[in-house]
Amino acid sequence: MAHILEVRNLVKNYGSVEILKDINVSIESGEFLVLVGPSGCGKSTLLNCIAGLEPINAGEIIIAGRNMKGVSPKDRDIAMVFQSYALYPTMTVARNITFGMKVRGVDAATQQAKLAEVARQLQIEPLLNRRPGQLSGGQRQRVAMGRALVRDPKLFLFDEPLSNLDAKLRVEMRIEIKRLHQDLGASMVYVTHDQIEAMTLATKIVVMKDGQVQQIGTPSEIYNRPANLFVADFMGSPAMNLLPARTIRNGSGTQIEIARDGEEPLILRDHWSPDLPEKVIMGLRPEDIAEAGYRSGEKVQTATCKVELVELAGADTYVVSRLGGKEVTARFHAETQARPGQSLEFAFDLAKVSYFDPDTGQRLN
Amino acid sequence: MAWLEKHVPKMVLAPSFAVILFFVYGFIGWTAWVSLTRSRLLPRYDIVGFIQYQRLFDSPRWDTAISNLFIFGFLFIVISMFLGLFLAILLDQKIRTEGMLRTIYLYPMALSLIVTGTAWKWILNPGLGIEAVVRGWGFENFRFDWLINPDYAIYTIVIAGVWQASGFVMALFLAGLRSVDDEIIKAAQVDGIPTLRIYSAIIIPSMAPIFLSAFIVLAHLAIKSFDLVIALTGGGPGYATDLPATYMYALAFSRGDIGQAASSAMVMMMVVFAIVVPYLYSELRAKND
Amino acid sequence: MTDITSENTGRPLAHAVRNILLRWLLLALLGLFALYYLMPLFVMLTTSLKSLEEIRTGSLVALPREVTFDAWAKAWSGACTGIQCEGVRPFFWNSILLAVPAVFLSTLFGAVNGYVIAHWRFRGSNLIFSLMLFGCFIPFQVVLLPMARVLGIMGLAGTIPGLIFVHVVYGLGFTTLFFRNYYVTIPQELVKAAKIDGAGFFRIFWSIFLPLSLPIVVVTVIWQFTQIWNDFLFGVSFSQSGTQPVTVALNNIVNSTTGVKEYNVDMAAAIIAALPTMLVYVIAGKYFIRGLTAGSVKG
Repeated sequence: MAHILEVRNLVKNYGSVEILKDINVSIESGEFLVLVGPSGCGKSTLLNCIAGLEPINAGEIIIAGRNMKGVSPKDRDIAMVFQSYALYPTMTVARNITFGMKVRGVDAATQQAKLAEVARQLQIEPLLNRRPGQLSGGQRQRVAMGRALVRDPKLFLFDEPLSNLDAKLRVEMRIEIKRLHQDLGASMVYVTHDQIEAMTLATKIVVMKDGQVQQIGTPSEIYNRPANLFVADFMGSPAMNLLPARTIRNGSGTQIEIARDGEEPLILRDHWSPDLPEKVIMGLRPEDIAEAGYRSGEKVQTATCKVELVELAGADTYVVSRLGGKEVTARFHAETQARPGQSLEFAFDLAKVSYFDPDTGQRLN
Repeated sequence: MAWLEKHVPKMVLAPSFAVILFFVYGFIGWTAWVSLTRSRLLPRYDIVGFIQYQRLFDSPRWDTAISNLFIFGFLFIVISMFLGLFLAILLDQKIRTEGMLRTIYLYPMALSLIVTGTAWKWILNPGLGIEAVVRGWGFENFRFDWLINPDYAIYTIVIAGVWQASGFVMALFLAGLRSVDDEIIKAAQVDGIPTLRIYSAIIIPSMAPIFLSAFIVLAHLAIKSFDLVIALTGGGPGYATDLPATYMYALAFSRGDIGQAASSAMVMMMVVFAIVVPYLYSELRAKND
Repeated sequence: MTDITSENTGRPLAHAVRNILLRWLLLALLGLFALYYLMPLFVMLTTSLKSLEEIRTGSLVALPREVTFDAWAKAWSGACTGIQCEGVRPFFWNSILLAVPAVFLSTLFGAVNGYVIAHWRFRGSNLIFSLMLFGCFIPFQVVLLPMARVLGIMGLAGTIPGLIFVHVVYGLGFTTLFFRNYYVTIPQELVKAAKIDGAGFFRIFWSIFLPLSLPIVVVTVIWQFTQIWNDFLFGVSFSQSGTQPVTVALNNIVNSTTGVKEYNVDMAAAIIAALPTMLVYVIAGKYFIRGLTAGSVKG
């Protein structure tokens, strides 16, 4: 498959501030790429550069094999959905959707046919004669999508399109976008700061921070094998437990020692990981720490820990303990009898454990 | 084509920019230049230093104009601010007729100062105006002849100026009062703080920026005041009510003394800039962060 | 917001009585101030409807015993401004001929400039904006002398087109500011969306910004109209006897020393000169106030 989008060595400055540093990203036709990161990481700027709305200082952007240098946004064969929807306030929904075709000189009959098709697809037919001010947030979102769909572009760009919706609508629209992607088989680039959106929508995720790409991978790669401490901490909720630990090599393998206040250190054995330096940060997701007896497997080990807090979350119960001077969140089943102050047997599953270098933050295993 | 697209905004702004550059900054430069020459009836361009400014500050008429500016400016600003704030607080008490009252208080701002001056000239006319009315009520010794009294004529300008501008200050302050966060006031009421204290300790201090704006606008109006003086007193009696603006005009167009006119205009501009530039600078900085 | 009269002190009855008293005091004060602001208008109006005889014998604040419109007729078409005795009528038309194009042009330029500064920033556009803004605040005395010369060079000295030009030039700063401040509240994303839709600079202005601009156009037009109509300094400096605006003519009528002083005619002329801006104020006061506050609170 051909690359639909390639970003090569892209650099973007505002004055002397480097907003994007040497970005390299590419996607295949039909892929759903999500750019995710905290606010100010440059993800929206990158999207604007791809759209041609911001000039770039160095590097190349290639869409469908065509270098975009000097190509204006309207000629890039893209469509974009904005966070504020950016619907033209004085135009009706129908005119909002057909405005682009009108500007490009598409004949009226084609305009109407395309409008009808998109309106049906998004179920916004009853809204066509209203103005944006008379629509709810979810309806505006649909109209904005309609305006993008009607272009039938090579590449869709989404700039945090769901962040202005309430939680329930957000989930609905997320599913709808996912369905749209599957139905159309279109290529999409989607910016969000919400890691759940990233995980659920993407076929490929780019995690960014401070204008740099931290990791590129499939959702499961990003989740299970985060490339550094930043990605480990940023992706997943509740966040991955990151525990400072000491490794001791002995005959049978590696022993992981995690200090505890006023108690014996917690000792775990890891015979599977490669050579580790003496000081590491061990990363374990909450779901890899369970109540003893509810988890089994080759790499499961138990240890007694003190329960500090119990948080009911419906389907699960989160139990907070303290290890290595840090709070540790474990994901227990809903019916657990754990109470604060108790000492309980916890099961640590090292099947998906991550190790990071405490100095560089990079992944070690 | 792409080049054109990229530069259209610049080309659109360019004529206006050129006009401003020439007709504002170029002209200021020209006036500054001429103020440093021996120009009289015709401009001359050989710079000789500050002799025009020396002549200016030696002139008793300019002296009067400057001290008038301070008297007028001070009273005009202080009274307009007090009156404006007072009216705004009164109007803020959920008055049913607020809309109508606001309209009445503010209409003078829509009038030309020449009209205002004409009306007040008539009202303050000792033979026919207020003085005559009060005497007609039986107070035979009542005197209100400020308009023709060289020592008091400047205060008639204050009266008319305040009349014109105080309603506007009221509108500014009223908008300010209304923009104070309602929750803060509710919190204070829940804490049992008396209403007058809520005004003095919470609402008014939070309007500091509006005081500043009102001050800037009024100061600016005071320095530019020209029409009002011309219509009300014509600068008289004698030149008792001259302000820098009328002085400059008289020297430029009646006396034909370009050098003096230029130097007095420059002094006016420096007074305005001393007040306005720091304000605008901070405003623009705050906005372009 | 808050209510001075609802302070909770004292016994209930005394409290209620005090409240009512305070309320009346408040209303009386407000009414008194209303009289203060209305008095000059009242005096102007009544004086203009009196005969000269009645003015000399009657009181300033008395209503006219006999209403006569002679003074109005004379002010409109017979009063003398120096040597000319045609009333304010020709000057009223001068003011209209002057204000209409000047308002139109300065609003148009302001809209386009504001659009560029708010949404098409380029290196230096903020500097240009600052320079224009500072230009609003100069005392115009500083440009009078060179302007008189340049108008002469351009062949516009003493003409209405010359005055139009002056008003457009020195109105640009404010109109640009008004539009800029309005347009920055329109999201940048709208421009981006339109660019992707293929619209260019003028298309976006025409199809998206202009239809949104009605409120600010009204504010700007009213502001500019009031400024230009009420202007005296430029009028008196750059016009000659046939091209004077109405404010200058009014001043000449009032200060003309020939013949008997006709106060009723002066007042009628003043009201006529004030009528257009008063009318605008009464019809669109809301927008007038918005312009005033926008022009002062640079926000």
